[in-house]
Amino acid sequence: MESTLDIFVKAIFSENMIFAYFLGMCSYLAVSKTVKTAVGLGAAVIFVLGITIPINYLLENFVLKEGALEWLNPAYGKSGDSTIDLSFLSFIMFIAVIASMVQLVEMLVEKFAPALYGALGIFLPLIAVNCSILGGSLFMQDRQYSTIGDATMFGIGSGIGWFLAIVAIAAIREKIRYSNVPPALRGLGITFIITGLMGIAFMSFMGIKYVDDKAEKVEKQEVKTTQVINVKTQK
Amino acid sequence: MSEAAEDVKKPKEPLFSKKNKKLITDPLTDNNPITIQVLGICSALAITVQVEQAFWMSVSVIFVMVFGNLVVSLLRNLIPSRVRIIVQLVIVASLVIIVNELLQAFVPDVSEKLSVFVGLIITNCIIMGRFEAFAMSNKPFPSILDAVGNALGYAWILIVVALVREVFGSGKIWGFEIFGSNLPGEESGIYEMGYMNNNMMILPPMALIVVGIIIWIQRTRNKELVEEH
Repeated sequence: MESTLDIFVKAIFSENMIFAYFLGMCSYLAVSKTVKTAVGLGAAVIFVLGITIPINYLLENFVLKEGALEWLNPAYGKSGDSTIDLSFLSFIMFIAVIASMVQLVEMLVEKFAPALYGALGIFLPLIAVNCSILGGSLFMQDRQYSTIGDATMFGIGSGIGWFLAIVAIAAIREKIRYSNVPPALRGLGITFIITGLMGIAFMSFMGIKYVDDKAEKVEKQEVKTTQVINVKTQK
Repeated sequence: MSEAAEDVKKPKEPLFSKKNKKLITDPLTDNNPITIQVLGICSALAITVQVEQAFWMSVSVIFVMVFGNLVVSLLRNLIPSRVRIIVQLVIVASLVIIVNELLQAFVPDVSEKLSVFVGLIITNCIIMGRFEAFAMSNKPFPSILDAVGNALGYAWILIVVALVREVFGSGKIWGFEIFGSNLPGEESGIYEMGYMNNNMMILPPMALIVVGIIIWIQRTRNKELVEEH
């Protein structure tokens, strides 16, 4: 079983939304011309992912999954007489949650934090159709996280990974304006290639793994016992 | 009124007039959704490791796009503009559910490999982009043509990228070994002479670099497409 920290770090680095799955590429390419706008959009993505993934997690586990409606009537449960499996509805439910949450968040932010709204405002409506938001929910469904805490950490981690990627590419694009790029590659082409190279760099994070103290101790003990056995058999 | 005026101006527009043909051919080359408009890259690149996946993905996108554009175009005068994004999302989501069920029923192993990326067709920017830019303001028939053109423009890039990655990355096309067998100990074909697959091509970042190179070729051939920084 993966620890929560492991899920969080993995979501930021080795399973980065952009470099490993190319999610949210459209807005990534369109809004990465200056660092300032990139920071705004990146922050909005962290925000929305951190809110929608826990909500969709609850929806998945208490409504959509096979037998998830057990709390209504035991007969709807997995072992009940009339099992209900609504998982085919998950696409439409997730996207509805995302679209309405984005709308709600936009209204709340406008009312209670006008300064934040000034910074994020124009980006929020864009986010409903950002693939990384729906992608986050679908990955959450695919990977079956065991607690809502894990799912939330996964959401926030993916958001931070996306934020890192878009801010990095925006900074590079600001600098590359002064370089002598072949004319046909200017703009889009070179951005694609740089993203590819950054992706290769991010692949080096793949080996990172955080293990619980308990699990580590058990592993060490196993190693010791196997060593003892090896020694014995050698004798 | 404006539609009526148009009808008077062009009383008999042939089914495949020049204008309509352009709707199909333009997105294939000079107005390609991926390489020029930069739309729909999100769900496109992750599934280009093998031609088979790319093919089924393209078929799904063509289906969703044609029917989506048709439905949105038929409903264009009924959709209130304030909630249009949500209405469009619901239309796409329903179509994607149909596609997903069909894929699971008829090509289960492909459906498993595509995993979440079928669902991500919902937020594919090409589809929303065409709804907004074309179907909301045009009649059903041109909308269908526009959908076919754009979906094919998307499909050919997808399949070319997948072809490059599969041929150089694993020496196969659609699962068939074209360079001979590369099993250790029983090499045949050009593997016998020491050829090796480029494992790099299978890694995700190479999809971006291959698309970058396609863009490079396309813009070298047509100088009008070159961007200022």
